[in-house]
Amino acid sequence: MPRLSYLKALNRALGEEMERDESVFVLGEDMNFALTNVTAGFLDRFGPDRVLEMPLSEQGFTNFATGAAMAGRRPVVEFQIPFLLLLVFEQITNQANKFRLMSGGQTSVPVTYLMPAAGARTAWGAQHSDQPYSLFAHMGVKTVMPATPTDAYGLLLTAIRDDDPVVVFGPLACLGLREDVEYADLVPIPLGQARLHRTGSDVTVVAVGQLVADAIAVADELAGEVSVEVFDPRSIYPFDWAALAESLDKTGRLVVFDDGNRYAGFGAEMLATAAEEMRLVAPPRRITRPEAAMVGASPELDPGLLPNRGQLLDAIKRVLK
Amino acid sequence: MATPEQLYRTIRFIRRFEERSIELTQQGEIASGIHPCIGQEAVATGVCAALAAEDILLSTHRGHGHFLAKGCDPGVVLAEMLGRANGMDRGRGGSFHPSDFSRNIYNATGTVGHSAAIAAGVAWSVARSGSGQVVLCFFGDGAVSQGALLEGFNLASLWQLPVVYVCENNQYATTLPARDAIAGSITGRGEAFGIPSEQVDGQDVQTVLAATTRAVARARTGGGPSLLQMDTYRYFGHHTFEFKVRLNYRPDGELERWQQRDPLTIAADRVPERERAAIDAEVEQELERAVEFALAGDKLDPADAQAYTFTSGPVPRAGVSA
Repeated sequence: MPRLSYLKALNRALGEEMERDESVFVLGEDMNFALTNVTAGFLDRFGPDRVLEMPLSEQGFTNFATGAAMAGRRPVVEFQIPFLLLLVFEQITNQANKFRLMSGGQTSVPVTYLMPAAGARTAWGAQHSDQPYSLFAHMGVKTVMPATPTDAYGLLLTAIRDDDPVVVFGPLACLGLREDVEYADLVPIPLGQARLHRTGSDVTVVAVGQLVADAIAVADELAGEVSVEVFDPRSIYPFDWAALAESLDKTGRLVVFDDGNRYAGFGAEMLATAAEEMRLVAPPRRITRPEAAMVGASPELDPGLLPNRGQLLDAIKRVLK
Repeated sequence: MATPEQLYRTIRFIRRFEERSIELTQQGEIASGIHPCIGQEAVATGVCAALAAEDILLSTHRGHGHFLAKGCDPGVVLAEMLGRANGMDRGRGGSFHPSDFSRNIYNATGTVGHSAAIAAGVAWSVARSGSGQVVLCFFGDGAVSQGALLEGFNLASLWQLPVVYVCENNQYATTLPARDAIAGSITGRGEAFGIPSEQVDGQDVQTVLAATTRAVARARTGGGPSLLQMDTYRYFGHHTFEFKVRLNYRPDGELERWQQRDPLTIAADRVPERERAAIDAEVEQELERAVEFALAGDKLDPADAQAYTFTSGPVPRAGVSA
């Protein structure tokens, strides 16, 4: 059975979709040398008309993608560093994602924004480790964060095929993950569909991105003592609320393990909705980065800012008290 | 579509449409108010007369003239401005951000200047398809220092894309005079990117038409982008709120000086008086039909506030849990 890495899964999905659909093209910086490796081999395979090397002008080329999308193409815009999504946040959330509504349904903007190295980077300074997925979800932009190679493959395919803007976060810490797969079994995965990595009856741990592996490790460590259900939403927005409600009907206890900042983040949304609508036998808890976290200024400081397994263990014990 | 009669008719229609829209605003029928293009009609008219129906246009918040000159149904445009369901954007674009894809108008983004880069993307796509379409992108003097506009210029020129950029220089960005806002020049910004750039008398529809025709031909034959700076003037304020809030940012006599070269008069002088009178009467009738159509449109239902948000997938959850 072949071992497929997360990075190779992105490359495979994108390449297959570009073969299948001539309207799909990629654009970004350093595409000619495939600096991120997501488009490795693409320039030779597809030519410079489908792999666009963009000068440093992210706002301009994000808008460029919007224009090409309205004219019938399916752009995949690659960004190398997470903060660039903040730079182009307006072009995505206030333009691309609103044009359908503003045109009364006359147009759609089928752009995929790919951030294939999301999350913290050690020692790159304080501007390279942001996790803005909550911001996109807050603005109502379809947003996904697959945690495994098969999910990365499936969600990138779906994102490209979706007729609306979709932001795809591929966690940096997941890129090297490897999974045994049958290529024939790789399929598109719908938006808004969660998966359970572990089923359990005592507590539901909602984990995203690279934190899924940590949650699984903690669940396995506690096996025998505590029955932990590891819930991976895969899709930040739309979110699989029905599946979460079903999980909480079983466990009644919620811990959210989220790599975003605390204030008004993904974790907050989970807790608020669970409290309003779902079965809880104990107050829910979340583990997040602190408010105003500025990760990356120094490797020695980062452990004070990033969610870790010890915090998850503590939180599970607290909700079980 | 470029006889003196047709050009006069379009200018006259835009003038009367905008005047009628100001009245409708003052009657409370256009909640957003409008950014009138009175005084600038020759630019929209001459530019659109140089375009083929399949050419694609990106408009602005001061764009009613663009829509009318591109051949949109005036009743449907007015209904859209009134926010009614029978507008082309079903009331969701309004006066400020409308689209009419049936006439190849691909929105009027509110982020001033960003249309330049959107236009480059549209132009790249149509160039690759070999359709021969040209993209026409409007923006004002206020947009010429917006970074994304200049990023758009760079892409358009780097790849020699079939786009014509038209700057409607009406001398003011809200209250800021162009001379106090622009280091260097507008045409210099095009030239900095190797884009052939020209300054044009925007009040004479014939000079506008001639310059745009040249630029469109350049784009259509693979000669790349152009920048046309149309010097013009708006007779009214930035927006109809200025009827209520008097802002004195224009020097005395400036309006009167510009009115001496009124685009309507310049175009009218090329049409025999009897024909002009007939055209004027026709324009009034068509305008009244448009007003009736718009006023008869259904107002929107708040229950539909999130229709058209997505093409598929999530029904956004309400702000209040059930």
